[in-house]
Amino acid sequence: MAKRTGIEVSIAIAEAARQADVDVVSAYPITPQTHIVEHLAQLVADGDLDANYITVESEHTAMSACVGASAAGARVFTSTSSQGLALMNEIVYLASSLRTPVVMALANRALSGPISIWNDHSDVMNERDTGWICIFANNGQEAYDLTLMAFRIGEDKRVMLPVMINFDGFILTHVIEPIYMFDDDEIADFIPPYEPVIYLDTDNPITMGPVGVPDIYTEAKKQQEVAIRESRSVIDEVFDEFAGRYGRRYRAVETYKAEDAEIVLLAQGSVIEAAEAAVDVLRDQGKKVGAVELRLWRPFPFDDLREVLCGTSIKQVVVLDRCISFGGPIGPVLSEVRSALYLEKDKPMVVGVVAGLGGRDIHLEEYIEMFRIGEECLRTGKDAGEEPELVKIVGLRE
Amino acid sequence: MKLKEKPTWRELPFACCIPEPGNSVYYKTGDWKTLKPVVDKTKCIKCGTCWIFCPEYAYEEDEYGYFESNLEYCKGCGICARECPAQCITMEEEVVE
Repeated sequence: MAKRTGIEVSIAIAEAARQADVDVVSAYPITPQTHIVEHLAQLVADGDLDANYITVESEHTAMSACVGASAAGARVFTSTSSQGLALMNEIVYLASSLRTPVVMALANRALSGPISIWNDHSDVMNERDTGWICIFANNGQEAYDLTLMAFRIGEDKRVMLPVMINFDGFILTHVIEPIYMFDDDEIADFIPPYEPVIYLDTDNPITMGPVGVPDIYTEAKKQQEVAIRESRSVIDEVFDEFAGRYGRRYRAVETYKAEDAEIVLLAQGSVIEAAEAAVDVLRDQGKKVGAVELRLWRPFPFDDLREVLCGTSIKQVVVLDRCISFGGPIGPVLSEVRSALYLEKDKPMVVGVVAGLGGRDIHLEEYIEMFRIGEECLRTGKDAGEEPELVKIVGLRE
Repeated sequence: MKLKEKPTWRELPFACCIPEPGNSVYYKTGDWKTLKPVVDKTKCIKCGTCWIFCPEYAYEEDEYGYFESNLEYCKGCGICARECPAQCITMEEEVVE
């Protein structure tokens, strides 16, 4: 039986990769992800994990090695953060195009500059359109569970896509949490050995990643788009099976006291638990507020989100972005939530705020301020105030 | 098996891979060229330098040991003419009748 163990979240994630019995790990150390790959390097060196740990000189090469290994039929794991992911970008896009189901643990960290080793979501949002399945964890248990599930989702023959598990740098990576860690034999049959659909085989040679001339490229992209959309049902299946086996239920969109709420705060990652604390404080004051977590980022859970937000008691959504879309519609989460609701008849108003950039803590009063902004919009009937595109940063020194 | 030249997205092989080795022979690139190599066999020493250097593997050896470029694949780059130690290859304008 799973034992609840006090363990650093990074170590738990590395243990998840070990329990998935990965064949190849290639990664380059970068704060705040470093403990994950350090632990995996140790496991391989000590003979506790029978895997090939490929040391490289950069993240660009790390992802290249991962794609190559996956193309050869290996189960592959990597981990990075911020600048590391940005440097990988070229090959990140290839991993999904080549349908190599690499699993990446992404310890979310702000992009430079100024240089910041601390947490926000600018790194993942930069990779939004790279075609990876992208899921957010809001605590250590979720990061561990979702890393295990990532192999099942990505390697499913109906999917064959890389999966990125997001968890906030430092806030989660460096924290010791009580986590239910599975015994190895308890999780082993949840993750069967990897069977590739296509792989590089000298006896049956194929070419992966060839030139796609103008007569081919469009059809290749359509095929990829259909694959990630159809992965949605597999993601739900895996969430269901995990819940059935182990009792912990994951959903694409999670809610907290949203059933009768008028104003909800929508966010991703670890902030959602703090937002829930703010909901409790405001509920005690008689305010009808709730929280919505957008756990699944790609494929975007359009229907789930509409079901939660449209035709319900919710009149106002406040979207918290941990990243600025410079010169654009405040933040990427806001713009996508608004776009998802555009054609709905009975929909709430949606306002966006930005907070928690580059590791700045968001305090209870600031979550309450976000709900106040929502209340103000609802009261005045002005969706996002006088200047709807003006970035409203909560916690900024004016 | 020759792949369809314009497959639908459903017909396109998984992940746009090429499942058949060597199928690039179906893709004829000869009409890219404006200049074609012409070999003067009276000067040719049958060394095969053109065959080695040709980036398209367009040169083929005939039964007498001479090398001739397959114009269905030759892109007309002229590397053979430049590298030929006997200077027996000249690039001439390809005229389509």
